[in-house]
Amino acid sequence: MTGSTMAPLAPVQQRGRQALERLGLPNRGQEDWRLTNLKRLETLARLPLAKAPSDIPLPLAPDAGLRLVLDGVHDPLDGVSLPNGLSPLPTAELQQALGHTLDRCGCAEAWPVELNHASSQHVLALRVRGEAPPLELVMAGGAGLTSTRVLLLVEEKATLELLQVCLSEGASAQSHVLEVHLGQEAQLRHGLLAAADGEASFLAHLAVEQEPRSSYQLTSVVQGWSLGRIEPRVLQVDGQALTKLQGLAVTDGEQQLATHSSVRFDGPEGELDQMQKCLAAGRSHVIFNGAIQVPRQAQRTNAAQLSRNLLLSERARVDTKPELEIVADDVRCAHGATVSQLQEDELFYLRSRGISATDAAALLLRGACLDVINQLPGLADRWQPLNRVMQGLSR
Amino acid sequence: MIRPDAELLLDITDLHAAVEDQPILKGVNLQVRAGEVHAVMGRNGSGKSTLSKVLAGHPAYRVTGGSVRYRGDDLLELEPEQRARLGVFLGFQYPVEIPGVSNLEFLRVATNTRRVAQGQEELDTFEFEDHVRERLKVVQMDPAFLERSVNEGFSGGEKKRNEILQMALLEPVMAILDETDSGLDIDALRVVAAGVNQLAGDHNATVLITHYQRLLDEITPDFVHVMAAGRILRTGGRELAQELEQTGYDWVDQELAVQGVA
Repeated sequence: MTGSTMAPLAPVQQRGRQALERLGLPNRGQEDWRLTNLKRLETLARLPLAKAPSDIPLPLAPDAGLRLVLDGVHDPLDGVSLPNGLSPLPTAELQQALGHTLDRCGCAEAWPVELNHASSQHVLALRVRGEAPPLELVMAGGAGLTSTRVLLLVEEKATLELLQVCLSEGASAQSHVLEVHLGQEAQLRHGLLAAADGEASFLAHLAVEQEPRSSYQLTSVVQGWSLGRIEPRVLQVDGQALTKLQGLAVTDGEQQLATHSSVRFDGPEGELDQMQKCLAAGRSHVIFNGAIQVPRQAQRTNAAQLSRNLLLSERARVDTKPELEIVADDVRCAHGATVSQLQEDELFYLRSRGISATDAAALLLRGACLDVINQLPGLADRWQPLNRVMQGLSR
Repeated sequence: MIRPDAELLLDITDLHAAVEDQPILKGVNLQVRAGEVHAVMGRNGSGKSTLSKVLAGHPAYRVTGGSVRYRGDDLLELEPEQRARLGVFLGFQYPVEIPGVSNLEFLRVATNTRRVAQGQEELDTFEFEDHVRERLKVVQMDPAFLERSVNEGFSGGEKKRNEILQMALLEPVMAILDETDSGLDIDALRVVAAGVNQLAGDHNATVLITHYQRLLDEITPDFVHVMAAGRILRTGGRELAQELEQTGYDWVDQELAVQGVA
């Protein structure tokens, strides 16, 4: 048996389907879904499963690193020989580990997770040891709903650079659930580039458990989804770990994109550095909900969260909400949120140097995006993240 | 250098302008010919900075009367970027910080825009690097500042050097420097002034807007104008600046009172 197989998923699928029947669709009475465009969620839930991979062209696979394609239909490890540092998880271990991190992060029963479990046909489960080569996971399902499920056990002191790319077009939806367990002193640099043409939908849960002295750095660049919902859930099981979350969410037209992050420190001396940037154009709606939980045992936690929002049109809308639950008394937790428009003084400064109003606005937007995009793992360059984001903005 | 037959670059006639319906400029008249250096002095609120912003085309300032001709054409009809491409340059009193936009990239885009307007070839990334390093010498600026975001985290002096660097790259015909001396220590002032002197020539002109005489010790003006209540109240040679240094601006109030303006 390999780490990518259907067998261990059968009971998970069963439970997922039962849960979906029991739960029904989320509704506005639920705080987490209050602002969601439920009509689009309903459309997504009704999509048939995708039967074929997408035909979006991909850049060449990386020279230094491994690309795996997750199309929801085929086994991503079929015909792949894994390099040193990466190995498939044996079935017994997979069965034991699958869902564990979701459970610890408190999102095992979230609707998008149940949807993913009900519809996933494969799970990619890998153990990461030592200095593993960079890993690129391309999620590229075709028309319909594509569900992809990944589990990574990053062992003590192991390091990994992971880039996930999700591209979609037309009436399709991508459901993704990732579970990561980071052993002590393990390091994961994680990039997520998710871009679509304004029609497709994207639901992603990224659940990460961190042992002490591990480091997790997530950079997400998400743009162009009719309905998008990204949920990074991080648990520092014993504190003393480093978490860095940087997000760029870009919307235009009638798009809606929500980022619901949650970070919990179940031990002392944990660190969090979080910045979420949102750029909303057209009549789009961008949502950020950033929960940070610092219970009594999490003394000397040092957490900072910043939400910066740029409204590019008068009809665009931003909802941003920090949610800090702090019980420990010896902690440093800072948070802030800004909502602004392109600054007239900045535009004038550039125009006074001969740069046209359109180019000046584009230069300012590029600047705002590059801050985050530059933090993506090196593998991302071939995907031209800046161009994708800028093309997605009509102005 | 005053040459009565030199090209008339800037011709301001009875210029009135307002910001948020508050009249600021109330009939400015000023002529600048090629080769000349003009100093515009005056107290805070006299309209000096507004004049510079109106000439550069800041959208927050509305022209309510009068005319400005630049090399014979109506300057006020042009967008700010068109003015810049034709050689009008405003050195900002408070250069704007633009996070995330690389200074080098900004300077390259601006330089190429001006070059295209002058019928020159655009410089590619490598050619521009050589060009900008050469021009850095004009203001004795550390190349490290090219790698940073535009003006972000620059000290006051570094921002002003960056302004003069832009002037050196854009080679303006009509440079208007708004309080370029403010916030500079004496060494930085000398560097910036030397840069301005080096760039001044027979075919361009400079208008220095300043509070103080000390910039004029470094850059010798051909004309000194004193602004008050939105107009040019008095014009003289460089000796007028020295006189102001000694007597201050108290006479301005008396003169305005006589004219019934204050």
